Amino acid sequence: MTSLTAYLLVSALLFSIGLAGALTRRSAILVLAGVELMLNAANLNFIAFWRFGPHPEALTGLIFVVFSIAVAAAEAAVGLALIVAVYRQAKTSDVSEIVEMKG
Amino acid sequence: MPSILHILWLIPALPAVVAAITALLRRRQRRLSAGLAIGSMAVSLLLAILAFVQTLENPVRQVVNFRWIQFGSDWIWLGWALDPLTAIMLVMIAFVGLLIFIYSVGYMAHDANFTRFFCFLSLFAAAMFGVVITNSLLLLFMCWEVVGLTSYLLIGFWFHRPVAAAAAKKAFLTTRIGDLGLLLGIVWLYSQTGTLLFYDHGAGCLEQGALTSLLGAATVAGVPVFTAIALLIFCGAVGKSGQLPLHVWLPDAMEGPTPVSALIHAATMVAAGVYLVARVYPLMSLSPDGVATALKVVAWTGAITAVFAASIAVAQNDIKRILAYSTISQLGYMMLGLGVGGVAIGVFHLIAHAFFKALLFLGAGSVIHGCTEEQDIRNMGGLRRFMPITFATYAIGTLALCGFPLVFSGFWSKDAILHAAHGWSVSQGPFYLGLFGALLTAFYMTRQVCYVFLGRKREPLALTEPVLSPRAPAEICVIDDPHESPRIMTVPLLILAFFSVVLGFLHTPAWPWFASFLRGRDVSLSLGTLDAMSVSNLALDFSRFAEAGLLPLMFLSSLIVVGGLGLGWWFYGRRPIVRATDPDALERIAPRIFRALQHRLYVDELYDATVIRLVRWTAYLSDWLDRRLWNGAVQAVRSLVTGLGWMDASLDKYAVNAGFDEGCRGVSGSGRLFSRLQNGRVQNYLRAIAAALVVLAALLLWRSAA
Amino acid sequence: MTVLFLILAALTLTGAAAAMTLRRLVHCALALTVAFAGLATLYLALDAQFAGLAQLLVYVGAIAILIVFAILLTPGSSEKDTPVGGSSSLVGVALALGTFAVIAWAVSKSKLGHPGLISAAPEATMQQIGTALIEHYVLPLEVIGLMLTAALIGAAILAMKESQTPR
Repeated sequence: MTSLTAYLLVSALLFSIGLAGALTRRSAILVLAGVELMLNAANLNFIAFWRFGPHPEALTGLIFVVFSIAVAAAEAAVGLALIVAVYRQAKTSDVSEIVEMKG
Repeated sequence: MPSILHILWLIPALPAVVAAITALLRRRQRRLSAGLAIGSMAVSLLLAILAFVQTLENPVRQVVNFRWIQFGSDWIWLGWALDPLTAIMLVMIAFVGLLIFIYSVGYMAHDANFTRFFCFLSLFAAAMFGVVITNSLLLLFMCWEVVGLTSYLLIGFWFHRPVAAAAAKKAFLTTRIGDLGLLLGIVWLYSQTGTLLFYDHGAGCLEQGALTSLLGAATVAGVPVFTAIALLIFCGAVGKSGQLPLHVWLPDAMEGPTPVSALIHAATMVAAGVYLVARVYPLMSLSPDGVATALKVVAWTGAITAVFAASIAVAQNDIKRILAYSTISQLGYMMLGLGVGGVAIGVFHLIAHAFFKALLFLGAGSVIHGCTEEQDIRNMGGLRRFMPITFATYAIGTLALCGFPLVFSGFWSKDAILHAAHGWSVSQGPFYLGLFGALLTAFYMTRQVCYVFLGRKREPLALTEPVLSPRAPAEICVIDDPHESPRIMTVPLLILAFFSVVLGFLHTPAWPWFASFLRGRDVSLSLGTLDAMSVSNLALDFSRFAEAGLLPLMFLSSLIVVGGLGLGWWFYGRRPIVRATDPDALERIAPRIFRALQHRLYVDELYDATVIRLVRWTAYLSDWLDRRLWNGAVQAVRSLVTGLGWMDASLDKYAVNAGFDEGCRGVSGSGRLFSRLQNGRVQNYLRAIAAALVVLAALLLWRSAA
Repeated sequence: MTVLFLILAALTLTGAAAAMTLRRLVHCALALTVAFAGLATLYLALDAQFAGLAQLLVYVGAIAILIVFAILLTPGSSEKDTPVGGSSSLVGVALALGTFAVIAWAVSKSKLGHPGLISAAPEATMQQIGTALIEHYVLPLEVIGLMLTAALIGAAILAMKESQTPR
């Protein structure tokens, strides 16, 4: 197994863990945390491919990850602000109890 | 002076309008209603007198015809005519009517429905005027029917009394039978001659052209067409004028108020039948040879009726019923006169009779009013002391009716009839019947006068004497305080009495003014046998008395009248009748005959057993048919339709609803199912996305790997 | 496949797993921080120094703190959380396993260069990164700036207490 494959497997595992958490946990914050983990797994994927792939001097993977981190930061901020706002409204941050969108 | 012809229609129109207005008045507006009615009658009288004067100057018949409705390609014509017959009838009706209207103000003063009475009276007057001035068969029939209607309304004026209501119904139904014959005759005449108008400048149905065509028409079952039509029209007269088979309604019609009896059932409505025969006389007297069959029927019917009714009148005890039967009898005389002697003779008796019969009825009304509604003559007596004016006028009327010689109108009119009957070529039977009838007339009138006016007041029923006699009246009450009637009622009596005397002189053999007046210059109006006596120059000529058979006849009839009066006096006047329950003098002599006469010769019972029973049986049959057959059919249709409806409903409920509803339910159910996906839980949505992602990725990778 | 890599990977994965399974939220947040830190070291091991340090600065230094703030601002959520239990969590776990299976299979199936070659560490100096940002990736740079501004404003508005004045 090459280093790349190992890194890719780690990233896949990380992604799955993040997905499991996002789908399972009842707290909204932890759902967000799971999403962050999934993003991070993707970042790891990108870095691995940058390192072990062709043309690393183009810095493509690295730049992408930088941007990704920035976006993740913004998204975390907005998301957590949303959770706080929802908490103020519904007095809970339990996703299974916020069902106003029920059709 | 301008012709009154074109405003002649006002004569019936005014009372009609007044009737309409009075119908809208309130009950307490009595003076207004009476005033309107009397006022319109007075104006009609004035116009009638003007018309009469005009016909005196110019006796040629004038007509006004106008179109009314279009009927396919034909028009229905209506119109009125002014000729001597019409004029004299108008004056008679208007004058007698006016007097009776004035009398009614006094008679009905205590009645609560005063206004309604005058409304009906005005309507009657309008219709009666319509009957006499009409020139159209259709208009005649319409006015004829309205006359019948108002007679019904007035007989049943006190409708809350069952007797009165029944009498009104009987009158209407009986005259209706006659009217049916009249209608058939009218329709047949119209179909034969093609015109509804009597006189239409040569094209009318009573004019020469139509009569000739009728003569030539084929016979129907052996009876010539013109005879059949004439007899059918005579049916109407039989009904309205109470001739023999259809006379049963007149005595019962006495249930109405006395002014109604006087006006309608003595003077005018019953005279309408006589007028009808006089009006269609050209048709009645139509015959290829000899005397017309129709006229023979008319004469015999009249003669038999005269004697029949007079004999019943001998045994009656109600003051008005005696007069009713007397009216029937005198109408028989009028028919006899028309049949044997012609229009002038019959109509002359009609005019004279109107006056003295109205006088007698109003006098009877005065007696009833003065004796506080008592009507049985056995309870009255000695009233001449309490009601002198009534007695005097009643006596004059009685003598006029009997035909007391020379002074009274009845003598001249009846004598003319008897003379014509004596000279009738067909048979002497009516003559002898007429003589016998005159005897009976004098007899029963004397009986009535003796019972009512002469003698003493009846003794009250002694308290020890039980009321066992079956002939006793239901309530024997002796009149407490008989009093004379107020002047508003006695003045018309006096006026009528005057005319009962004076009118006789209109047509005596010495001066046959009436006949020549009616003849005018219209040759087609036949006058019968008196033609021989009327001369072209109308001078007072006593030598005509010496003509064939006239003086002996006058002597004979005078003898009969005096004999009848004497007989009556012998039986009833010699010894005053003491008690109300005393048997009648005639009854003591011939009890069975008397009792039969008292029960009106059982004619009503005969009708009840035959005609009425037949009608009732037909009614039951119809009812049964209706209830079983037609109802059954309707019920069958109903159940069929209900069955169809049920089937339709169950089809709808089980088939359509099931299918359709199931479909809808399926759609909504599946919708509900799918909406469960949207449970608002974010994690579920995420899971769905993740699952989709996995599947898609797997698919893509597998395909690219393959 | 050095030992270093294995340790670091294990650390990261443990931290992540712990973050997703622990009961109390604060513990989850701390485990998450450990995961982030592990990831940063992995980046460093991959010669992506800038990314690693940026990861440390942003994720550990800001996002993890932010999560802790949010946990503290929403107190009711700490106790009631039941991470594992019931059929619903099995579904989620199953899905995650399925995802891993698919990706792992894709990875194993793909030809990713020959195994022995590990190229020399690429040069990724700050100057090069800066030049690349300004020259090639200027548009995303600007857009990121806008986005960050928007996120800043949005988060501030969202988290602001509603004004008490009645309207």
